[in-house]
Amino acid sequence: MASQEIETLAAALARLPGLGPRSARRAVLYLVKRRENALPALLEALEGVRDTLVECDICGNVDTRNPCGVCSDPRRDARSICVVEDVADLWALDRARLFTGTYHVLGGKLSALDGVRPEDLSIAELLERVGGGGVDEIVLAMNATLEGQTTAHYIAERLEDLPVRVTQLAHGLPVGGELDYLDEGTLAQALRARRPLG
Amino acid sequence: MTLDRISLETFRNHAATSLEGTGRFNLLVGENGAGKTNILEALSLLAPGRGLRRAALADMAGQDGAGGFGIGASLVPADASGPAAEPVRLGTFTQAAQPGRRHVRIDGSASSAVALGEWLSVGWLTPAMDRLFADSAGARRRYMDRLAVAIDPGHAAHAARFSAALRERNRLLSAERAPEAAWLDGIEAQLARHGALLTEGRARLVAGLTEALAEAPAEPFARPALSHRAGGPLGEKDLLTALHEERAKARRAGRTLTGPHRDELDVVFAAKNVAAAQCSTGEQKAMLIAMTLAHGRLAQQGRASILLLDEVAAHLDPLRRGALFERLAEGSAQIWMTGTEMAAFEAILPQASVWRIAEGRAIPV
Repeated sequence: MASQEIETLAAALARLPGLGPRSARRAVLYLVKRRENALPALLEALEGVRDTLVECDICGNVDTRNPCGVCSDPRRDARSICVVEDVADLWALDRARLFTGTYHVLGGKLSALDGVRPEDLSIAELLERVGGGGVDEIVLAMNATLEGQTTAHYIAERLEDLPVRVTQLAHGLPVGGELDYLDEGTLAQALRARRPLG
Repeated sequence: MTLDRISLETFRNHAATSLEGTGRFNLLVGENGAGKTNILEALSLLAPGRGLRRAALADMAGQDGAGGFGIGASLVPADASGPAAEPVRLGTFTQAAQPGRRHVRIDGSASSAVALGEWLSVGWLTPAMDRLFADSAGARRRYMDRLAVAIDPGHAAHAARFSAALRERNRLLSAERAPEAAWLDGIEAQLARHGALLTEGRARLVAGLTEALAEAPAEPFARPALSHRAGGPLGEKDLLTALHEERAKARRAGRTLTGPHRDELDVVFAAKNVAAAQCSTGEQKAMLIAMTLAHGRLAQQGRASILLLDEVAAHLDPLRRGALFERLAEGSAQIWMTGTEMAAFEAILPQASVWRIAEGRAIPV
């Protein structure tokens, strides 16, 4: 059996998403074998993040500077804000670099059962950003789950009286998807969101 | 197409049971507690859903096993020399590490429970359903939904989303603080969208059953007249309006008052014009059989179809028993029946495959 320290490290790594005890032990063994190179580099990277990690005051993104890299990028269009549930969604959208505007991270979704109320999300901050002027469009990019869609509906309603265009990500056919493989719900959505061609 | 080469591994009291040489009629005979219904339950898991007992998957693993269970069966085409002569192997199993997670394999490849429904339609009638007409309206809604899902798998998603939205709204309505209107708006939009489709699916099912029932003879099984009574306005728009308008009242009640969660399935013994719940035990059973047979025909849709009848024959008089066998023989579904006595099945013994079930084992007779 390994020493207490190694067990502690394995237990900590096992809690990481997608890892689990078996993969964690494998990762520990990897680090132990490469204690000259990989281990110090990892330690340094972890410390770097720990020391500089901040939440962006504007959008709620997690970065090592405040305002975050997205908000402080002059090439980005601050008049357009994409609202997402979590930082993970922001990263997913930004990986593709398709959206040229800025973001707003809610920090979750409305859920009466889980006790997540509007004031627990950064909705007031979003309204403030929009109310401050200079914003033309809000893109609601919530998940297509029940709570996600309820949250989108809620935000759209709160934005109603503000001079801003509210749009929502389309639901429907995935790119490269075949019609006869889709479930009825997705097909119905795609049909509802059909649009003129050309 | 029929199911054959059926195997159960550490499933309830069956450590390793296999059934081969099945036919149109398959009889499982044995004492109470021998494990007959367990075999039917295993077969019911070859379709999407929770099986005929609605039990938790973790409870299905055998006590002596490692913690998981496995069920397999081959779907054999009727014409063994045709172009699609290769049997399709269907399987579902759980593993000890995750006893609550169901895996599905079709022809050796990982697949989903929904995909099982593309191959096989499974219907059943169990003694637990005898109380359907006297039971709560909720039990009849569940019954309608199960039958509707067998015809349209998309129905399940609307049912699940509707009840999730309903729980959210009820929580807001019963909270101490007055709920925020915009939040209720958001939830009600979901409730109305999925609720309208849910009710529509139930109405379509009842209309289909009514049609199928009309094609069957009125005797000797009491023909039931079914009607679906909606618990709220039909259509997304009207339901949304109704939910909006009931808010103050619903807030006082602390729960949602209108919508498909108040739907009812009304069943009347057509010939006597008496509510099913007031009918005799025998008449109720006869109506259930008529509904089960009608649904079997409605749900088949070109798929292989199996019908699981748990302890049905023994409760019928000889005339009705004979009529049941006749009707089953006319249909194309593969039939699985259980009973404690061989005598009840005498009329179909020549065309039936029979197993004696004892202590979790199946011995061909």
